[in-house]
Amino acid sequence: MTPDQQRLAAQRRNARALALVLGVLVILIFALAIAKIGLGWSHG
Amino acid sequence: MTTETLALPADWRDFLALTKPRVMTLVVFTGLCGMLAAPIPIHPVIGFTAILCIALGAGAAGALNQWYEADIDAKMKRTRGRPLPAGRMSRDSALQFGVGLGVFSVLLMGLATNLLAAGILTASILFYVFVYTIWLKPRTPQNIVIGGAAGAFPPLIGWAAATGSLAPLPVLLFALVFLWTPPHFWALALFVKTDYANAGIPMLPVVAGERATRLQIGLYTIPMAVAAVAPWPLGLTGAIYGWVAVAATAWFALLAAQITFRSTGAEDRMRPEKRLFAYSIAYLFILFGAVVADRWLA
Repeated sequence: MTPDQQRLAAQRRNARALALVLGVLVILIFALAIAKIGLGWSHG
Repeated sequence: MTTETLALPADWRDFLALTKPRVMTLVVFTGLCGMLAAPIPIHPVIGFTAILCIALGAGAAGALNQWYEADIDAKMKRTRGRPLPAGRMSRDSALQFGVGLGVFSVLLMGLATNLLAAGILTASILFYVFVYTIWLKPRTPQNIVIGGAAGAFPPLIGWAAATGSLAPLPVLLFALVFLWTPPHFWALALFVKTDYANAGIPMLPVVAGERATRLQIGLYTIPMAVAAVAPWPLGLTGAIYGWVAVAATAWFALLAAQITFRSTGAEDRMRPEKRLFAYSIAYLFILFGAVVADRWLA
């Protein structure tokens, strides 16, 4: 593999990992919001 | 600039390594047990988020520790393969990652649970980075005695996340981890003394010698044992925890005594010291597991 191909492969791996982390966080924050609303959380 | 001179970007596994996942395991477990031992049940999603925040906060502290100590880590055999000394990541990346993760963990903790839990989480990250890593560690052999407080916060955070307040039991669990840290770390320091000496870190065996360290391990085991067993006679836990604590602590004391009453470990390659270090990790898992078992089974 050439250095360029190695860089590209590494960037792709990192992008996939980042996308996975962000996806999980979005789901978690949704679940958290639903849980807080269920417990009667009002903002302010 | 040719493409050959461009370094590969740091891999996601390097960022994971920056968070010290093995240390995080114990932190998460003690935090979870602090939460499960609380008398008020917590919503599972909120509880999961709180534990995640404790893990992220610990990861942030670990990353900032490695950012600050990159040059020291390069001098020690045990740590020279870490992402920064190995040249797989820039110091700026580590700093940004650590600060970002720390701020995110505190904000999420505040939103998910309460200000008390978020406040203690903030204090634990700042304590580990500024008091332990930057101030104490390079200056005094008492570094891990006071710095041990940083690792003792998770049970308090877990309890605070569930209840919004503190109570004598989580404070005793804090004291247990705080007093457990010196014998745990000094057992390690005895068999990696050369590493610490090469890096110029004033760990107790380097500064005061092996005999003084062995004595200190024995001495610190006494208040640690008191803190471990105290919840039972004080009526904060029942007999399940009490008997487990008595048995596990007696074994800890026996291993510590073996180390205290010998002058050198050169002839058997420090086997008893390595045994105490390994058991000390299991010991915390056993005791915190027993707190939860006592709360849920009694």
